[in-house]
Amino acid sequence: MCGALTEKSTETSSKNVDTARVDPAFKREVMNEHDGETLKKCFQCGTCTSSCPTARFSDCYRPRTVLRMAQLGLRNKVLSSSALWLCTACFTCTDRCPQGVEVASVLRVLRNLAVKKGVVPQVFIELNSSINDTGYAYRIPDIRHRKRAEAGLPPLPKANCKDVSKLLELTCKGKIPKK
Amino acid sequence: MAESKKFLMFLGCTIPYRVASYEVSARKVLPKLGIELVEMPDFNCCGLPVDPANHETTLALSARNLCIAEQMKLPIVTLCTGCATTLRKTNKLLKEDKELRETVNSYLKAIDMEFKGTTEAKHLVQMLKEDVGYDKIKSTIQRPLTGLTVAEHSGCHLLRPTKVAGYDDPENPQTLKDLIGLTGATCLDYIDEPECCGYTVVAIDEKVSLALAHEKLHHIKDVGAQAMVTVCPSCHLMFDMQQARIEKAFNETFKLPVLHYTQLLGLAMGFTPDELALKELRVDASKIANLT
Repeated sequence: MCGALTEKSTETSSKNVDTARVDPAFKREVMNEHDGETLKKCFQCGTCTSSCPTARFSDCYRPRTVLRMAQLGLRNKVLSSSALWLCTACFTCTDRCPQGVEVASVLRVLRNLAVKKGVVPQVFIELNSSINDTGYAYRIPDIRHRKRAEAGLPPLPKANCKDVSKLLELTCKGKIPKK
Repeated sequence: MAESKKFLMFLGCTIPYRVASYEVSARKVLPKLGIELVEMPDFNCCGLPVDPANHETTLALSARNLCIAEQMKLPIVTLCTGCATTLRKTNKLLKEDKELRETVNSYLKAIDMEFKGTTEAKHLVQMLKEDVGYDKIKSTIQRPLTGLTVAEHSGCHLLRPTKVAGYDDPENPQTLKDLIGLTGATCLDYIDEPECCGYTVVAIDEKVSLALAHEKLHHIKDVGAQAMVTVCPSCHLMFDMQQARIEKAFNETFKLPVLHYTQLLGLAMGFTPDELALKELRVDASKIANLT
């Protein structure tokens, strides 16, 4: 699960930082996003990585490393990294950060920026499409509706797909491909 | 009898999709506790599943749900910790951040809605603690589950981020333990209790996801709990529905029944296992049902 998500990425396994690929403006871009402001406060103590449930089982996901790469301006390396998507959103890192860095939220900002760049894992295309078409994140099959009735549960309300679809259109601005 | 408290039932997506037993049992026990559930018309996904892709979509989707509650002048209760944290976070953010509220309201305007900040959202556990109260719950116990040992799994989103949850200590959560204690069952301590179930990354990296759940099941097995108790449909899917796969992947047997808290409470209230949909659990829970 380690490595880059897109073919477009030309990063190699070289351990040296290719200065030509450093974009000093990147950290500003992150910090300008809602919840991205606290990136500047990270002083690399590593509390996030040592608290991270995923980091214990993944060979490549290290929140501290991702934050440092973002601070340094390694835009492509960060945004095309498949490891970015391994955050479980448990918020342990955020709660434990001694510097008040909103670690989980900064990581979410980075994923959102990756989406803007065109890196969208398939699961989010599916989820978006289901919400757009049904209002629900999953397409609830007819059998579930029948079983609800058998179990004496009230029928599921029909979502207002027109309004939900409008909100998706306004907020996604075409960034997430249609299924 | 005291007047019942009304809450809008926000079902979310995971419960109607795959975890009906949680809803069935909640609808049995909550009326006994003086909670009247009002159905929420045309709600939509809370927005959390797409937050990694686009935060503004999440804010808009959850704000629309909050607007429905505002129009109905009722607070929201959810059974899902993910829905709870998302609705609570959006509610807090939009109440406190004028600029963000204006942005989200500009989207809502297109569907003739406006976020005003006049409602609140709670998870079942928070509602049981703050709106029902432990004394009331205790008074409904007909058959105390004395002798039953369980392990709790509160789930990350019930407890974190602390800024949003704020009613329990995420490093040493007590609320669910207290609620379990009211049923007469004994709640055992185990290593790394507040750890994540791994569900959120199951579609991204199954190996990491199953490893997290496996470790947790292993810790619970070590202390000899007879069952696990959850309060989130996603955590439940991980430990109940995926348990057979975890056993296969790690060549280890658990056969650990995973009950929703509402099922545990329902058994103690005197409901039958069938009334609480215990049969719908993937891991056989008949032993637990027979104990009561």
